Amino acid sequence: MKPQILTANRLRDGIVVFFTRDGGWSERIDDSRLSDDEASRAEMVAAGERAAAAGTVVGPYLIDAAVSGGHIRADRLRERIRAAGPTAGSEQTLKYV
Amino acid sequence: MYRYDEFDAAFVHQRVEQFRDQVARRLNGSLSEDEFRPLRLMNGLYLQLHAYMLRVAIPYGTLSSRQLRALAEIARRYDKGYGHFTTRQNIQFNWPALADIPDILLALAEVEMHAIQTSGNCIRNVTADAFAGAAADEIEDPRVTCEIIRQWSTLHPEFSFLPRKFKIAVTGAPTDRAAVAVHDIGLKIVRNDAGEIGFEVAVGGGQGRTPMLAKVIRPFLPRRHLLSYLEAILRVYNQLGRRDNLYKSRIKILVHEVGTETLTQMVEDEWALIKDGPVELPAGEQERIGRYFAPPPFANLPAEAPRYEAERHRNEAFAAWTRTNVEAHRQQGYAIVTLSLKPAGGVPGDATAEQMDAIADLADRHSFGEIRVSHHQNLILAHVPRADLPDLWRALVALGLATANIGRVSDIIACPGLDFCSLANARSIPVAQRLSERFRDLDRAHDIGELRLNISGCINACGHHHVGHIGILGVDKKGEEFYQITLGGSSAEDAALGALVGPAFAADQVVDAVETIIETYRAHRRTGERFLDTYRRVGLAPFKESLYATA
Amino acid sequence: MPLLKNGSLVDDPWISVADGEPLPAEGAIIVSLTRWQKERANLIARANGLGVRLAAADHAGAIAADLPLLALIALEFPTFRDGRAYSSARLLRERFGFKGELRAVGNVLRDQLLFMHRCGFDAFEVKDTAAVDEWKQAMSEISVFYQAAADGRATAIQLRQQRRPQS
Repeated sequence: MKPQILTANRLRDGIVVFFTRDGGWSERIDDSRLSDDEASRAEMVAAGERAAAAGTVVGPYLIDAAVSGGHIRADRLRERIRAAGPTAGSEQTLKYV
Repeated sequence: MYRYDEFDAAFVHQRVEQFRDQVARRLNGSLSEDEFRPLRLMNGLYLQLHAYMLRVAIPYGTLSSRQLRALAEIARRYDKGYGHFTTRQNIQFNWPALADIPDILLALAEVEMHAIQTSGNCIRNVTADAFAGAAADEIEDPRVTCEIIRQWSTLHPEFSFLPRKFKIAVTGAPTDRAAVAVHDIGLKIVRNDAGEIGFEVAVGGGQGRTPMLAKVIRPFLPRRHLLSYLEAILRVYNQLGRRDNLYKSRIKILVHEVGTETLTQMVEDEWALIKDGPVELPAGEQERIGRYFAPPPFANLPAEAPRYEAERHRNEAFAAWTRTNVEAHRQQGYAIVTLSLKPAGGVPGDATAEQMDAIADLADRHSFGEIRVSHHQNLILAHVPRADLPDLWRALVALGLATANIGRVSDIIACPGLDFCSLANARSIPVAQRLSERFRDLDRAHDIGELRLNISGCINACGHHHVGHIGILGVDKKGEEFYQITLGGSSAEDAALGALVGPAFAADQVVDAVETIIETYRAHRRTGERFLDTYRRVGLAPFKESLYATA
Repeated sequence: MPLLKNGSLVDDPWISVADGEPLPAEGAIIVSLTRWQKERANLIARANGLGVRLAAADHAGAIAADLPLLALIALEFPTFRDGRAYSSARLLRERFGFKGELRAVGNVLRDQLLFMHRCGFDAFEVKDTAAVDEWKQAMSEISVFYQAAADGRATAIQLRQQRRPQS
């Protein structure tokens, strides 16, 4: 089963977050909990729904991801951009995906 | 320019407090996201890829220096130090926190600004010719009409839940710098045979998935009937516009489905029942609002400005800039200056807080404290004495705002694309950056001449690709970014929709493809022909040939 | 469903009758436009109040001639995004002169009450009893109105003209 991680935006400031191995939320994709079975996937989705209902995050959803070189990498470009920030923009500090 | 009186001021402050309460209810959990979304959208607040995005209305693209400084302060204090000017003459902040939004809206209210109706299925911020009140060919300043429409449409109780968003643009000059043909309603101020001022009313233009040019449904509407006629159009649309399919819900589809003639008849029938009713402006109101837009106190300047002429002869860079970025003004001795937000390799439409502050100072010094935003995503100082141009140019060079490329290939319109927007399929900004780098040589750009290159990151067409002389549309092909190219579009008075040239190009081919198109134009052009003229004469074939024949 | 009228929760004396359902022997009833058109003669013969429910797609003009026979019109909001009933409400009040109860039914949200009231609604089927406080807030949080509608509130233009009499 294709590994997946759970992502959302934080309610307070809208920043992209990932559901972590210890059941919290992190801005770093590398902290994500990877799921490759139905049971843990359902668990993550339920945790996401609870966090949305509690007003921690907005719109949690699963995305396809893979581990390469010790890092978690989202499959889709859109999600890689969400994880790493804009590839181009006026914020000088931002780095290329 | 327009100034709030106590009614306007009370209104925007009430709206701030109303939204402060709504944000508090969201943060304390009494509103769910589903309930909150329409409320935040009514205040221009989106949730994008990386963060919230706040779209602030700049009515008809006119700002005072004080307002621009307030935007700079918001960028510094609540965002990452910059803002993005859009094709709808608005400004977007990409990184504000939800909890800060009420304070940002309060800071806006203090300078007579707001974010109302910059989103949602309502009548959006009304746009106008960025050269309003300054253009040499203007019949009347369109901003008077825009301000009347702004007030009438603000929280309109009947038209806040339309089938879809609704955009109105107004031009006061025969040269169309407001893209009226691609708006839900395009108003052109005209004079009839009796010399009276009125409107040519066109309906059903738009871009997106099904681009269409607006159809004229009334060649001359007497000015006093502006609001009753708009109300008639909106009422017909509110009742009959499609609500079953998001992609068919704009008024352009209604016009297309029932036909221009029938739609015209429906509007005229409805109008007959409400004209001269309570919706019309009372006597004197047009004049009262008009007084806010009286010309600034121009000096009696000579036609010739020796300092300016001397600098032009001495300084080729300055001279080149005056050829592209300076336009004739209706008032003798003055000029209209466009500040390019399109430096080579830059993000089209972005300005830093420091640039905004500096522009506000320059506006105070050289242009009666007024700044315009163009739908091409540049800023404009509309009333600059010609003698001031050398000093202004030097200041703009230091700020990186003097790129002499207005109306040239590197003056690119681009939407935020997949770097920021949750609707996008492909990135726009990096393509714009690579193109403006490729064509950074201004001698070459001037040789190519007038060219409108517009880039959208998805079919919603915020980057106006349908009306670019060259349009680029980002698409997603199995997870890869590809770019379709259209040729021959125009948003000006010769409005046209671009035609697809052929199969899409991969991200690493698109810049070369544009260069091939431009070289094909140069090979075929006759003396004096713009890209668009040559395209219209020779058609797609030679471009297809050079793009695909060797592939 | 609680009914909000003139800012208070009131008992709803009206019975809304679905199209297939038999008519109650007595009492004020609300029927659909279709049923009204089909059973008009029978319905007029009843002693009690008559109301007609318009779906969002029904045009107000379809009932205009019968308004003298009706004490209530209910306008449906299938979702809060569907704004057709705002136009119907204004037409009923402003064009056809309807003076009876104009009731909003369906997806009636707190943050739309002011728009509805401005368009001429005076009764609202709401989802819970919190609506009374919400109503008070909705009616008081904005006091400036930019366009004439069916509610008779003074517009900013009128107030400006009173303040600065035109010569």
